[in-house]
Amino acid sequence: MPDRRLIALGVAAVACMVAFLLTGLRGNIAFVLELRAIKLAALLQVGVSIAISTVIFQTVTGNRILTPSIMGLDALYLFGQMLMVFLLGGIGYVSLDPWLKFGVEILTLMALACTLLLPMLKRRLDMGLMLLAGVILGVLFRSLHSLLARLIDPNEFAVAQSASFANFNAVRSDLLIFATLVTAGAAVLAWRARHILDIVSLGSDAATSLGISWVRTVTGLLLLVSGSVAVSTALVGPVAFFGLLVVALAERIVDTRRHAVLLPAAALIAIVVLVGGQTLFQHALGNSSALSVVIEFIGGILFLLLLILGSRR
Amino acid sequence: MIRIENVSLRYRTTPILHDIDLTIPKGGVTALIGPNGAGKSSLLSLIARLQPLQTGSITIDGLGVDSTPSPELAKVVALLRQDSVIASRLRVRELVGFGRFPHGRGRLTQEDCNIVNQSLRQLDLTDFADRFMETLSGGQRQRALVAMTLAQGTDYILLDEPLNNLDMYYARTLMQALRAIADENGKTVVIVLHDINQASAYADRIVAMKGGRVVGDGTPAAIFTPDVLEGIFGFRMRVETFDGKPLVLHHL
Repeated sequence: MPDRRLIALGVAAVACMVAFLLTGLRGNIAFVLELRAIKLAALLQVGVSIAISTVIFQTVTGNRILTPSIMGLDALYLFGQMLMVFLLGGIGYVSLDPWLKFGVEILTLMALACTLLLPMLKRRLDMGLMLLAGVILGVLFRSLHSLLARLIDPNEFAVAQSASFANFNAVRSDLLIFATLVTAGAAVLAWRARHILDIVSLGSDAATSLGISWVRTVTGLLLLVSGSVAVSTALVGPVAFFGLLVVALAERIVDTRRHAVLLPAAALIAIVVLVGGQTLFQHALGNSSALSVVIEFIGGILFLLLLILGSRR
Repeated sequence: MIRIENVSLRYRTTPILHDIDLTIPKGGVTALIGPNGAGKSSLLSLIARLQPLQTGSITIDGLGVDSTPSPELAKVVALLRQDSVIASRLRVRELVGFGRFPHGRGRLTQEDCNIVNQSLRQLDLTDFADRFMETLSGGQRQRALVAMTLAQGTDYILLDEPLNNLDMYYARTLMQALRAIADENGKTVVIVLHDINQASAYADRIVAMKGGRVVGDGTPAAIFTPDVLEGIFGFRMRVETFDGKPLVLHHL
């Protein structure tokens, strides 16, 4: 039964990709297709990496309403962009070497994620403390962000503002190749760990009793999470927002928490949501507002519908 | 054989276990009894390497619990904790199947499926096999967890208060099932019990703990006397003999 649902999701994902590539195709077709293909690759990369990292993060923390974005990663990213604009000025910011900027962003985001996640390795995980630290750091970065926003020149603010939404329109293809490789690696690792993830979801005691080396396994999984979130965020901007939605939808649709089914389902739904949302955003809404708004609006309604339908059954 | 030598344990400054020396022979049912906070669960979790050893050593069939790789040990000893959390959206059969993880790293062979079905039958769960765990009652969940522990197929089975949440019928069924796997399959069962009459009826050997020390070790007839029980639990209780076994009237 879950297999048939996975196939349906796969068909939907392919349909969204085709729609994205072919809708309103005119002019120099080869040129447009190449442009769209690059954008599509970025969407796929981000979708898969957010889906996988959210599933793993929820499994490791044993909590289904947490996502990696609770760790304040988005806020740190925004603050970092604002700080760079503040220190270098709008021109300096735009003329930064993209590889340098990309690399430093990844390292900073991973450093923060690891600092917050490391306490989780202790046997007696103090989840409350970790969450509190994440939320407070998020608030701190956001406040610093708005403080800087008040200090800088309005023209430069516009530069920083444009970096504060996920943007798939100006992805550099060399960075994209690197990010795609990282995500593909993460996806392979996650798939190979699917049975281990099932066991990890039972909690540290039961997992240890079944022969999992808890600290080593969880360290590896959290590195995987922080790495893929950091790479996606550095590539296109804050994107972790829709992980919660995607995983909750996937769980409703395939009706299991077994990772052999849940991981591909979440990745496919992320692709549907992201690619479908971007198609809608470009062609129906004429690029106004932001993709996150579209996704949260439609996805939220879909999720509520599923909840209501599920409770009727 | 489980050999425990000079094991002490403390959380920060609070001592939990003091110099435990204990040998649990292979085969049979050993019941751990004692008042709340006696250190029974801590001792079990040390044997099952859920906590690192601070001092002393524990070996199971000669395998040191702190030196043997965890996947190896998982084929020798299984532990069911008293406060197991349950992942959601999980079917009973899937949970019991997780017990086979140490043997196939998640891939279930036909033999694994047979063992899973047998564990489900032993705990009378066949009718619930495809239900989600969160739709079961507390006692049914407890039975599913016990079934998972049995499906692990280890020679040593450690159970921390498995009778929690079970009604009289299933408490008796579980004790009979444990007795049967000890007698027929030669398994070693170590079980924490609060109902000392269950211990009297089904265990070969009683280990009594109090304040982090072993204060009694012997057959039910030797431990379940008014004097020894008063030393352990702090009040005097009547002990009768019924069918040749001690019957403790602790509720009167």
